[in-house]
Amino acid sequence: MTAASLAAERAARDSYGRLLAWLAARGRDIAQAEDALADAFAAALATWPRDGVPDKPEAWLLTAARRRLLDGHRRRATASAAEPTLRHAALLAEEPEPDAIPDHRLALLLACAAPEVERAAQAPLMLQVVLGLDAARIASAFLVSPAAMGQRLVRAKRRIAASGARFALPGREGVAARLPAVLDAIYAAYAAGAQDPADGGALAGEALWLARIAAALAPEEAEALGLAALLLHLEARRPAARDTAGHYVPLSDQPPEAWDGAMQAEAEALLRRAFALGAPGRFQWEAAVQSVHAARRVTGRTDWAAILLLYDALLAATASPVVALNRAVALAEAGGVAAGLAALRSLGADGRLAGYQPFWAAMASLAARAGETAEAEAARLRAAGLATDPAVRDFLLRLSPS
Amino acid sequence: MPAPIGRRDKDGKTAMQVMLLIHADESAWPRMPEAERNAAMAAYGAYTEALRAAGALVNANRLMPAGTAHTVRLVNGAPQVLDGPYAETREQLGGYYLIEVPDMATALRWAARCPGAGHGVVEARPVMA
Repeated sequence: MTAASLAAERAARDSYGRLLAWLAARGRDIAQAEDALADAFAAALATWPRDGVPDKPEAWLLTAARRRLLDGHRRRATASAAEPTLRHAALLAEEPEPDAIPDHRLALLLACAAPEVERAAQAPLMLQVVLGLDAARIASAFLVSPAAMGQRLVRAKRRIAASGARFALPGREGVAARLPAVLDAIYAAYAAGAQDPADGGALAGEALWLARIAAALAPEEAEALGLAALLLHLEARRPAARDTAGHYVPLSDQPPEAWDGAMQAEAEALLRRAFALGAPGRFQWEAAVQSVHAARRVTGRTDWAAILLLYDALLAATASPVVALNRAVALAEAGGVAAGLAALRSLGADGRLAGYQPFWAAMASLAARAGETAEAEAARLRAAGLATDPAVRDFLLRLSPS
Repeated sequence: MPAPIGRRDKDGKTAMQVMLLIHADESAWPRMPEAERNAAMAAYGAYTEALRAAGALVNANRLMPAGTAHTVRLVNGAPQVLDGPYAETREQLGGYYLIEVPDMATALRWAARCPGAGHGVVEARPVMA
């Protein structure tokens, strides 16, 4: 790769979302802004290797993309003389300060999670619009075809355009009201990425990047910091879930040296800042659970009583069956296998977890420890049958040493 | 893709049948060490049971190797029988699951869980209702 194309790559990675947010805020249409920015990147790849990388690559890209958008607006304006088009053209004509391109990405994230965007499109839309990932790459992680994902994204952008979104940041209260949807979508993007091993789980890393952006742009929002802390903790441990031979390694068997200590330290710092804001919530508690697991690196043990307390709080706040499952597992460790197994069995009656692979894996483990061999075997096979990851399936079928 | 034709099951929920066609390199099977073959059998067994437990399994079968296939067509009105499968490709249809699910998204989730997605390709085709 040449220096010029490397510079273009780096500019793409660092600035894509910032440039797009600026263009969308001025031009009011995500799809048009994306096209203009894509043209600008193509022009950069064509001219930088020849003329050298400009001093301020970001400003160069913005100017090129702005001209494209302006040309498009002028063409439409002469056709329709529409008042809003002229107003957008005036906004676009303003020369941006090259050293201080304002960061509108939070507004862009809020637009992606707006009520008019269908829920299933929110997380994919963020990955595409803020990070510039292509629809095909996003599609596989969400288990839909590239064509269907492309259509979903186009539809979402049309809805946003039709709603007349202004991509302007609402006040502090407006941000607080709409941020939960943003954080949920980022979490969904991470979950999809983490179970999609393509490119070594690169999509999970991209979702973590989104969480970092949200935390950096909404530093007064405790849950934004909490989500970033949570994903940092999960990402710090993700590689440790495989041994060198590619076999699955459950958390309890992972050696703490295999965890990324720098990421865990970053998570801890974020979580401390979040707690200091005095607005507890789901993501902070989830991050705190992971922080207890991370402490095994120092203490050599896992404080399950602390984890149980955190899941109590989470269960009271969310009533989620997945939280109830995790609480039952913590109960088994803190209060005895029999109590944990009883909690799991009553959860099983609820039915919502019947297709949830981790439920059956937990059941297999607790039933085996309680000496309920037949129940454990049935649950183990059920868990294996529901597994998507071949390494997890092999682990459950006892085909890999653990 | 044409919209899958949904119909109502007895509880009034929409349901559709989807064929999961497993295409794989069948020459790999006899070359596998026995432990690996047993592992694959165990994985398919667990998958089949999970489908059954979820109430999604309609029918499933493993097919004899493609070499046992014959093709039949009428040539100038007379039946012509040939040895071998219709398409001579490295990956051959080796088995199928017929499943009943609420929608295509659920069908694709089951397709991803199918061990065949690991050692071959799983094609998900909605059944015309």
